[in-house]
Amino acid sequence: MAQIHLEVVTPNGAVVSEDVDIVTAPGVGGEFGVLANHAPFLSTIRTGTLSFKKDRLTKYLMVTGGFTEVSNNKVTFLVESAEYGQDIDVERALRSKERAEKRLLQAQQAAEKINRVRAESALQRAIARIHTAELSRF
Amino acid sequence: MPGLKDVKEKIKGVKKTAQITKAMNMVASAKLRGAQEKMERFRPYAGKFAEAMRDLSSGMEGSDLPLMEVREVKKVEIVVVTSDRGLCGSFNANIIKTAERLRKQYEAEGKIVSFVTVGKKGTQAFKRSGKLRVQFNDIMGSFQMFNARAISQNITAAFLDGESDQVDIVYGRFHSVAIQKPEREELLPIKPMIADEEDAPVRAAMSGSYTYEPDPEEIMEVLLPLFLNVQIYHAMLEVGASEHAARMTAMDNATNACKDMITQLTRLYNKARQAAVTSELMDIVGGAEALRG
Repeated sequence: MAQIHLEVVTPNGAVVSEDVDIVTAPGVGGEFGVLANHAPFLSTIRTGTLSFKKDRLTKYLMVTGGFTEVSNNKVTFLVESAEYGQDIDVERALRSKERAEKRLLQAQQAAEKINRVRAESALQRAIARIHTAELSRF
Repeated sequence: MPGLKDVKEKIKGVKKTAQITKAMNMVASAKLRGAQEKMERFRPYAGKFAEAMRDLSSGMEGSDLPLMEVREVKKVEIVVVTSDRGLCGSFNANIIKTAERLRKQYEAEGKIVSFVTVGKKGTQAFKRSGKLRVQFNDIMGSFQMFNARAISQNITAAFLDGESDQVDIVYGRFHSVAIQKPEREELLPIKPMIADEEDAPVRAAMSGSYTYEPDPEEIMEVLLPLFLNVQIYHAMLEVGASEHAARMTAMDNATNACKDMITQLTRLYNKARQAAVTSELMDIVGGAEALRG
């Protein structure tokens, strides 16, 4: 099967750099898949789960917001952070989810915009972590 | 002439100081290596980001994105990035001086200036000026992207609320282990990046063939705040590396100064000891002479 080169780059360096069969990513307009020889494409990414398949093995990554560029049979993700599902500390994610929910409630009552946005994105990250960790358990 | 014992104590003290400065030099050089590696890891991300920004922002002049809005400048905010700790020569002082000069220049133009400080040294310098809006302390030791994000969210909120019409950043750029210089850059409003004349048509042709999802303008709306994070993170990385480099040099100088002092003091000690020996000999000789006489 024709392959496409996948790169996931974060401010702390490249997390993935390998040839894969298919990439599925959480685009702003919904999930999308990228196969080999995809047309040039640029999209923003929201916090969620990125998965890629290689040799019948699917791996899952939790990614936070950023964007992706597809060109010349290469797909590059520029995200603020990326973690492999198996490296995620689920306990911690669950705790931060609870914390974020509490903070969100407080911020909503006090009508603090900055804190609400912050709590929302923290909650999104926690949920994405839990989801990604669950997917990569099998 | 000082007493023998005093000089001996002094030498001991200076030796201990030299030991400390030597250790600090070595710690700084190890940390510098870490900071440089961190910068190296960040480079691909920053490079790719700038590339995408160039592709997207050409042809976006005069767009009504709030972060690119150019207003008449009445209020300027200066973000000063320094280190948390001292003992690194004139590194922080130079940054603070540059920021101070900038403030005077803006105030001469009749603009109102406010400060945001990142790093304790800058906070200490501007605390009493009454112009400090927010301070971010104790993060320069080990910071991550989310620290930069917190700062940029704060600055952005102020800019969007009209509390500032322009935001500058002043930080210490790392040129080499020996040279670090204060640098000023404009953060907000974000200016569209103009691609090089030569490859502009190539880029235009390339970007024309791209499929955008959602449309370029909306992508920019997401990218601009991220771009601000990248710029602030970059400034923090530069200051992190510069701080350790400056401390290395300062501590090396201090160690050398200690060595010089030890040489001088040892000379003084030897002289004093010699004087004591001579006077004792004189006594003995004098006593022997008296006995013989």
